[in-house]
Amino acid sequence: MVVRFAGDSGDGVQVTGGQFTSATALAGNDFATFPDFPAEIRAPAGTTFGVSAFQINFGSTAIDTAGDQPDALVALNPAALRVNIQDLPTGGLLIIDTGEFNERNLRKAGYQANPLEDGALQQYRVVPIDISRLTLEAVKAFGLSQKDGLRCKNFWTLGLVSWIYDRDRAPTVAWLKSRFAKRPELAEGNIAALNAGHAFGETMEADDFTGYTVPKAEIAPGLYRSVTGAEALSWGLVAGAQLAGLKVVFSSYPITPASSLLHILAGLKHFDVTTLQAEDEIAACCAAIGASYAGALGITSSSGPGVALKTEALGLAISTELPLVLVNSQRAGPSTGMPTKTEQSDLYQAIYGRNADSPLAVVAARSPADCFDVAIEAVRLATRYMTPVILLSDGYIGNSAEPWLIPDFDKLPPMPVAFHTERAGFHPFLRNPVTRARVWAKPGTPGLEHRIGGIEKDYDSGNISYDAANHQRMTDARAEKIQRIADDIPPQTVSNGAPSGDLAIVGWGSTYGPINRAVHNLRHAGLNVSHIHIRHLWPLPRNLGPLLQGYRRVLVPEMNKGQLRTVLRAEYLVAAEGLNKVTGQPFKIREIEAAARKMLGA
Amino acid sequence: MNEITRPQALQPKDFASDQEVRWCPGCGDYAILKGVQRALADIGTPPEQVVFVSGIGCAARFPYYLSTYGFHTIHGRAPPVATGIKLANPELDVWVVTGDGDALSIGGNHLLHVLRRNVDLQILLFNNEIYGLTKGQYSPTSRTGTRSPSTPTGSVDNPVNPCVFALGAAARFVARTIDTAQKLMPDVLRRAHAHKGASFVEILQNCIVYNDGVFDGVTDKAVAADAQIHVQNGKPLRFGKKLEKGLRLKPGTLTLEVVQVGEGGVAEGGILAHDETNRVLASLLATMQPPDFPEAIGVIYCSPADSYETLMVQQVEAAKAQRPNAKLSALLRGGHVWEVQ
Repeated sequence: MVVRFAGDSGDGVQVTGGQFTSATALAGNDFATFPDFPAEIRAPAGTTFGVSAFQINFGSTAIDTAGDQPDALVALNPAALRVNIQDLPTGGLLIIDTGEFNERNLRKAGYQANPLEDGALQQYRVVPIDISRLTLEAVKAFGLSQKDGLRCKNFWTLGLVSWIYDRDRAPTVAWLKSRFAKRPELAEGNIAALNAGHAFGETMEADDFTGYTVPKAEIAPGLYRSVTGAEALSWGLVAGAQLAGLKVVFSSYPITPASSLLHILAGLKHFDVTTLQAEDEIAACCAAIGASYAGALGITSSSGPGVALKTEALGLAISTELPLVLVNSQRAGPSTGMPTKTEQSDLYQAIYGRNADSPLAVVAARSPADCFDVAIEAVRLATRYMTPVILLSDGYIGNSAEPWLIPDFDKLPPMPVAFHTERAGFHPFLRNPVTRARVWAKPGTPGLEHRIGGIEKDYDSGNISYDAANHQRMTDARAEKIQRIADDIPPQTVSNGAPSGDLAIVGWGSTYGPINRAVHNLRHAGLNVSHIHIRHLWPLPRNLGPLLQGYRRVLVPEMNKGQLRTVLRAEYLVAAEGLNKVTGQPFKIREIEAAARKMLGA
Repeated sequence: MNEITRPQALQPKDFASDQEVRWCPGCGDYAILKGVQRALADIGTPPEQVVFVSGIGCAARFPYYLSTYGFHTIHGRAPPVATGIKLANPELDVWVVTGDGDALSIGGNHLLHVLRRNVDLQILLFNNEIYGLTKGQYSPTSRTGTRSPSTPTGSVDNPVNPCVFALGAAARFVARTIDTAQKLMPDVLRRAHAHKGASFVEILQNCIVYNDGVFDGVTDKAVAADAQIHVQNGKPLRFGKKLEKGLRLKPGTLTLEVVQVGEGGVAEGGILAHDETNRVLASLLATMQPPDFPEAIGVIYCSPADSYETLMVQQVEAAKAQRPNAKLSALLRGGHVWEVQ
């Protein structure tokens, strides 16, 4: 069941969606969400570019995506209707606040005629309700201004939708009471609106408009919570640092959609997390490098344009072989692009995007909950191999939520860092024979005083060296070190399907959900299709090449113009084909299914 | 681990590394290196607790020639790297070595913010008013009209005065010294070190190859007594061979003027005394330049406040004290949770 709430960015749509998500989690359904909001903080009210939407997909079977298209759409004004109506399938439920469908708002949304009156909405199950008026009536007793009263509209709507899908209102009531603890009249008003919306559903008489009950999903037993990608990523970084026995210094500069990491980590000081809001992206990266140099875990974070600014500093971390985790919450680009819209077009930047031969490790999270594991893995690789690691997330993963089987942190394997203290034979570029990582000797250690920098180092002493043969040797050593990571990561698995066959659909990052569901459907239809999803993007798992050779065709759906496809072709000479889209929206399951069917002629 | 044995007092040579120093013969940097090694010996922090961080340029080679920890970073970015080091380990004694191009051109933004944040660092800006390492282009401190490979007909832009910039960026310790001032420099550096917070020291440094003699108007023995005023907190602002000249506020204005002291001039009591906690006076002093005024040398401004990393550590410690034994497993299980059977 897919429900989309859409309204003006001032209508509290994201809050409504969040509360509905909590109630859905408590009802025992599996779910996935997709918040979609404008870049403008306060876009002019009633305009199409000010429309904010929140979609949730929930059900009693496993849910991988926020849903291709809504089964029900709530449109709180004409602009929200205009922007979202094309996604609602014929027969879909359409709840409309008629109170907002006046001539002025219709004109702002670009309607010549009122779609409620000209038959444009005939193919939908339209439920026109004057939500604005009913909300004002419900909150009349609490002495709110007209403005504050209308702001309760989202909770009236939530009340109605809660009735339709049989969601418990109690958690929302509790949340409102704590949210408006200092202004009890607002809490009361919103609760009254919530209850009034619910009562409206119970008492209204509409032929094809009855409540649904979605049974509990069949999911693995255990303790669950709802988690967003930004939360899971932040906690994973702290978890990784604790497992490594390191203090966290997180240094970042505000940028959409990456800032939420800074906000969350700034609230985790009690876990020995220090956060720095740096003066710019370069400083943010440099401070993280300084922190790692001094023996903490330096982490920095940004989105594509900010990562571009950090690039020179990344080179320094590569050259001085210091651990660093850089989280890139990708967004649509180039340049400013579309800051609130999702894309996965920074893969080239992550793998190749630096001057000179500058290899580092790249990992990608595939879903909000996966961020936790991937963050720990990024910390492991950074500290074990003394290298920067780029962790690719994106706006979709960061903002959306899914249920998470909470891991038992106390049972995760520790990965303690051993700082070098031995004076005998010390120089700063002594290498571990297995990992080829250099020693981590931090300032404050007696007898190990040394100097490092971006100038090439002598392989055998760590001193400055301009020797040509030595540069070749050091360049080779840096590349070899990163390649050895491939021996230390799990072999590539097949997420769904057989390890050979007619078609492998290969993805990375947030396309996991739609690819997995599409492959599930295709296999159900008897097609010999498999899903391979890559977490370790650089170096690639050792068995990936041979694995891909086992399929007749390879399809790579990506929210870019074909970056992983190019990497796979370059690395394995495999005839990978692309399915590429950059609309700022995640893939729909049916888009992937259609591409696969076309390739298979099925 | 080996037992650490150390002589009673550290000597300047204890701070020399085994690396061959590679500045041009006669470069002012040699004298600064000597002065810094002297100051480090006087301060007495064990070398393993000392970190020198630099950016790019001739000055940035400095860390290689010291026996302490050293990090030669990228152009203009030493301040944020040093900030990260202090956040990771506030106990370390961290020094930043930079030049006029490194600090005020490519790294201008970082210098601004490291000063206003008041991170506990000593920032030594070697000002030679030229780009040395890239072979002689004019720099942001070059005087208008400077002829260089990139400005063959003379530069047209106004130079920035490093000490005035630092004061504008809300630095709480601002001093100026000279490469060859081997007696004064260690004193200034000790003061900079003693100041808890960002300490900014401009060092006038002669580039013998690309800008030789640019500070002759200040440093030449023949003119030094009249072209320099050595400011000392609480002492009258007097200069000249026989301290026959002094500074006072020009009556009815907020500007300084040079006056003769004593017979035929202004009585000693009419001369301004240096108050290093007075930011307005510091700005007036920092701005002065020959030929109309002497160049202020010494500690121009010092008004301590809590340093950035101290306050950051306090916040972290307060959070830890408020929630002792915070468990990550509890955080993960916080909020709405539900059990699936």
